[in-house]
Amino acid sequence: MDELYFFLEVLIGGLLSGTMYSLVALGFVLIYKASGIFNFAQGTMVLFAALTFVGVLELGAPALLAAVITLAVMVVLAFAVERLVFRHMVNQPQVILFMATIGLAYFLEGLGQTVWGTEVHVLDLGIPDRGLWLGPILVSQFDLVAAAVVAGLVGALGVFFRTTTMGRALRGVADDHQAALSIGIPLHHVWVAVWSVAGFVALVAGLVWGSKLGVQFSISLVALKAIPVMIIGGFTSIPGAIVGGLIVGASEKLAEVYLGPFVGGGLENWFPYMLAMLVLMVRPEGLFGEKIIERV
Amino acid sequence: MKREIGGGPPVAELENIHLSFGGLQALQDVSVAVKPRERLAIIGPNGAGKSSLFNIISGIYTPSSGTIRHKGEARPARMRPYEVARLGIARTFQNIALFSGMTALDNIMTGRNSLMRRGVLGEALQLPWARRQEIEHRRRAEEIIDFLEIPSVRQTPVGALPYGMQKRVELGRALAAEPELLLLDEPMAGMNLEEKEDMCRFVLDVNEIHGTTLILVEHDMGVVMDISDRVAVFDYGRKIADAAPDDVRRDQAVIDAYLGTAHEH
Amino acid sequence: MFYRETGQYKTTYAADRAIFPIRQDRVAFAVLLLVAFVAIPLLANEYWLRSVLTPVLVFSLAAIGLNILTGYTGQLSLGTAAFMAVGAFAAYNLEVRVPEVPFLVSFVVAGLAAAGVGILFGLPSLRIKGFYLAVATLAAQFFIEWLFTHVGWFTNYSTSGVITAPPMTLLGFSFESAESRYLLTLCIVVVMAVMAKNMVRSELGRAWMAVRDMDIAAEAIGINLMKTKLTAFAVSSFYCGVAGALWAYVYLGTVEPQAFDVLRSFEILFMVIIGGLGSILGSFLGAAFIVLLPIFIANASGVFGDALSAETIAHLEFVIFGGLIIVFLVVEPRGLARLWQIVKEKLRLWPFPY
Repeated sequence: MDELYFFLEVLIGGLLSGTMYSLVALGFVLIYKASGIFNFAQGTMVLFAALTFVGVLELGAPALLAAVITLAVMVVLAFAVERLVFRHMVNQPQVILFMATIGLAYFLEGLGQTVWGTEVHVLDLGIPDRGLWLGPILVSQFDLVAAAVVAGLVGALGVFFRTTTMGRALRGVADDHQAALSIGIPLHHVWVAVWSVAGFVALVAGLVWGSKLGVQFSISLVALKAIPVMIIGGFTSIPGAIVGGLIVGASEKLAEVYLGPFVGGGLENWFPYMLAMLVLMVRPEGLFGEKIIERV
Repeated sequence: MKREIGGGPPVAELENIHLSFGGLQALQDVSVAVKPRERLAIIGPNGAGKSSLFNIISGIYTPSSGTIRHKGEARPARMRPYEVARLGIARTFQNIALFSGMTALDNIMTGRNSLMRRGVLGEALQLPWARRQEIEHRRRAEEIIDFLEIPSVRQTPVGALPYGMQKRVELGRALAAEPELLLLDEPMAGMNLEEKEDMCRFVLDVNEIHGTTLILVEHDMGVVMDISDRVAVFDYGRKIADAAPDDVRRDQAVIDAYLGTAHEH
Repeated sequence: MFYRETGQYKTTYAADRAIFPIRQDRVAFAVLLLVAFVAIPLLANEYWLRSVLTPVLVFSLAAIGLNILTGYTGQLSLGTAAFMAVGAFAAYNLEVRVPEVPFLVSFVVAGLAAAGVGILFGLPSLRIKGFYLAVATLAAQFFIEWLFTHVGWFTNYSTSGVITAPPMTLLGFSFESAESRYLLTLCIVVVMAVMAKNMVRSELGRAWMAVRDMDIAAEAIGINLMKTKLTAFAVSSFYCGVAGALWAYVYLGTVEPQAFDVLRSFEILFMVIIGGLGSILGSFLGAAFIVLLPIFIANASGVFGDALSAETIAHLEFVIFGGLIIVFLVVEPRGLARLWQIVKEKLRLWPFPY
């Protein structure tokens, strides 16, 4: 019985921490759907947003103001990225665009740390970080709160996409670029908007993650886990990002706990990638992705 | 020169082909055959299934049911496009599909790749056979370049060429493979009169000099009626007529499909 | 004025497909080789030979490897360093377990081992394209790094997890001095670069580029996509594997698996992008650029006194690298090699401005 409880504990812990991967993957999916760009810099945007927030906070601003300022910075960033980079790369192959986002990741990583320094910044948002007994199972209260934040954010985004004009424009662009253009949806604005939304998602992820791990360089590395999440869930699917995150979170913890002792641990670093490879072999479009049909 | 059409089994023969994507029927019970050295034109409104037919012949799509025969022998149900190409079937594409980062010469040389030997170490060390093979095939590629009257753009990256030239290079790439059957998907689309005349001349020469069998999809009715031996008409994924150009012109079903009330072209 | 090809008629196809069809280029290349083989070993000091020129050459080789896969075949890899690691550890394990094997043979085995692993991780690319492949290579990156760190056999149960390359001797000559190591690397890299150039200008290279530019058309013209992609993976990884062995044996002598982390993979990708996608020359230019830039930045910041900390300089490097990548991809995806070509074209017309 104890073994079952322990299993459940690991599983639930993994699922909850997986919601964080979902959050980063969500940013990926948004940008991919709207612009066809696989934004490698999404993880760095999380770090950049968190660094900016903490930096402004340490200058003495209240939390809300810091959040607003950070959001403004992310919007400016979205604008600059569209204007200076992707507008000039319209007809380039996807792989080249992807490489450009790797360049962007380096740029932001360097910029963020040049401006705000490298030391680990402590970020305390007052989220309780104690264990909570649900019956016989120990769950991290912090992870519960984080999961709730993710759920709230996904709900809010859903409402945004369904009810606002901009949200509907975004969905239109995601469905069919040409058609969206022909009915007069300004593509440039949509791009800026969607990168801004992704920036907002990055900020939320950065805050939650930063208050758990401290705001530091390693955040952008952890965010690399969002890549297998997208492969597993499917590039174009928001539910896919959520479920993919949960799968990755749960499976890597289970693998670490049950397989790790036999092979010397450290499985978490590569396990999600190998899982993603398996999914790729069986179902290249991911669990929730649209089937890729190539027209000739 | 009088061509002799036929003699021997059809170069390509499709029998009762069905093709569907999800619920959409792209081709329904299509049978069509092309005889050696024949020029067969395929016409029909957009979405009639012409390109699907090409993609089935070249192995890009696999039909849901039906048989494809090559020179009288049934092909396996699934064949990769490169295996089809090695049977001696080459094609061009509706939207030009050249290798945009390569020169016109290299594009045409690539057409000969399937006739060349692959040996990684030999090519890396430029062993005598590798050097000889490059030069021999270069000679053949140059013949095609001369034939298509494009020597001056030989070393130009194809992305920088005007549209009409790109169409020629693409034809050259297909010819370089020395095919027995050549599929041309709208070879005259978007060309002016002079370019069309040139292209017609090239296509007819290929057919008459090398005896290459042709299937072409084309919208220009003048061209179709002039150069083809036989015309197959498609509408809504079905073949509705298959006869000599003059007979097709008078066919009531064809007139309805093109001018009828049900849908417009 | 001096760079004219007027009067140099090519009368055979063999002459036309020479690597350097223009006489001035042949002369320039001969001079360059002379400088590299004679002048530099005589004139350069130990620091430059050991810490700048040798790593530039080793990186060039890795960059050629990645360029074959990414620049020529269009398959993005983010796991270059992992394939280097396979090479380094394969050569080391062979030497440790079978000491009689000459080190040059173990370099070849290093390449072959990396090629095998490359094919293994390249298999998914047969069903997927573009950045999906990047994920497969990232998987290789993280898995291989973990494997060499956690499975003791690979490091011969060294307690520190570090491998130390055995000394290299050939026919009684021991490669100890900086000059001998530099020349050894130079020989290997020049031979392999010429081989790479030969591949990309032959049947094989055209097949690779055809896959890169329009895979459907490539297959319709008779190119076996699977075989061609796997060949690119194998050849690319072979180059990376040899580069990894050189890195361990000739350059550092002692390496840990962490020397081949994902950042190293990015570094090599940057060399390829800045040097020029689809260019062998560019691989050298990119490697030189990326190795020299930090040295240049460090020296330049010295001019401003010690106002900038080492840490800030490291971050500025990130900013500059990232910025350069974007600028090159936006302005000139074919990199420094293309810029060099443009200079030559201008030179042909000089002093006329058109």
